[in-house]
Amino acid sequence: MREITTDIAVIGAGSAGLSAAYQAASAGADVLVIDENHLPGGQLFKQIHKFFGSRAHQAGTRGFQIGQELLERVQKSGARVWLDTLVYGIERDCSLGVIHDGAHYVVRAKKVIVATGAKENYMAFPGSTLPGVMGAGAAQTMVNVNRVLPGKRVVMLGSGNVGLIVSYQLMQAGADVVALVEAAPEIGGYAVHAGKLRRAGVPILVGHTITRVTGDGQVERVEIAQVDKQFNPIPGTERVLEADTVCLAVGLNPMTELVWMAGCKFCFIPAFGGHVPMHDGNMETTVPGLYVAGDVTGVEEASSAMEEGNLAGVCAAHALGLLTDEQAADKKAEINARLDALRAGLFGERRRTAKQQQLDAMQAEQGGNDHVG
Amino acid sequence: MEDIIICRCQEVTEQEIIDAVHEGATTVDGVKRRTRACMGLCQGKTCGRLVERIVARESGRSAAEVTPQHSRMPVRPVKIGTFGGDGDA
Repeated sequence: MREITTDIAVIGAGSAGLSAAYQAASAGADVLVIDENHLPGGQLFKQIHKFFGSRAHQAGTRGFQIGQELLERVQKSGARVWLDTLVYGIERDCSLGVIHDGAHYVVRAKKVIVATGAKENYMAFPGSTLPGVMGAGAAQTMVNVNRVLPGKRVVMLGSGNVGLIVSYQLMQAGADVVALVEAAPEIGGYAVHAGKLRRAGVPILVGHTITRVTGDGQVERVEIAQVDKQFNPIPGTERVLEADTVCLAVGLNPMTELVWMAGCKFCFIPAFGGHVPMHDGNMETTVPGLYVAGDVTGVEEASSAMEEGNLAGVCAAHALGLLTDEQAADKKAEINARLDALRAGLFGERRRTAKQQQLDAMQAEQGGNDHVG
Repeated sequence: MEDIIICRCQEVTEQEIIDAVHEGATTVDGVKRRTRACMGLCQGKTCGRLVERIVARESGRSAAEVTPQHSRMPVRPVKIGTFGGDGDA
């Protein structure tokens, strides 16, 4: 076992982690970024579509290009990036158990930023373990990163942006999307993404779900049915689609194992994917010195993950005395203004309310502690 | 009722998890110890959320009240030899 010390350890080299590392290293901190994947960038390098939003958030730029620019900035900032590296655990004192290059390390950092992202929700139905049933994110990785087509005839379940975008990308890669099935009465994602599918002639079946998948050792038939207002299948409405692939795009949930293990307090916010760590306006959790950023704090999207990463990086560097109060306040004000812009409008309002609820929970928790103390 | 597999690593069905709750399991950890759900290679990353939902539904509690399984080291599969190597005495 080898021991390593650093100012700031960042777990996860995705949108949030790379942004945090860039900010902290630019302020002069010694930064170590750790990611279990072979390539940095998290989900950014899977995103071949153009991003939305304002110019400040690189609207009109494709996700992988945003990732490339971010990565170059991080490399120039002097942060160290360890890839193919596992953080298998965290102690209450925030030291990390790490496996790097086949060897066991303990990483002791003055501040730790957890930016582990989210994982896909799974759905179970008869036949859901047949080969050919997979997460939509997995299918996206196969097509856009590994250039492997998961199948020729795809049924997509879920009409959020992931379901809509991945359906279109599977078609661009050469698959047929037989149908996009959505249990809710309306499409969940942006109309502009749904429009692309409609123009391509993909049937979008709202008020439907998958009831069963059958086949001889792999997906061959997908039974769908209409659902009632409680989302239960209506008997007699079943019909069968011939397909070899089923993609599940039924939401994401924050990857919080390490945050729980460190002893952080959580609150429950359905809009963010369930139990999420409480944090303050500096992204610091109830465990002093432990920060969170990006989807692990609640599932949003890449742009807000980058801004939360920026915030965590600035605040951790400030806490180490590497930025003056004034420098930190200026940077935080700029980042918060951009975050507010991302959490505004028709689609942002729900996330703004959810984030406020999370900050309020933290304040109540800290107020409670002061009272007891 | 057709079998629905919830934990694919350990091949645990929905009915087995329901039975575990009715036998007295009130948490995901309780279900885990009775059925081995969440104890396979993925350590519950795939089925954990579904198990939470079944525990909530069958015990008549809200989703907020059922927390994820207790998180322990290692959170990812690690070879025993890596921990027990020459320099790890």
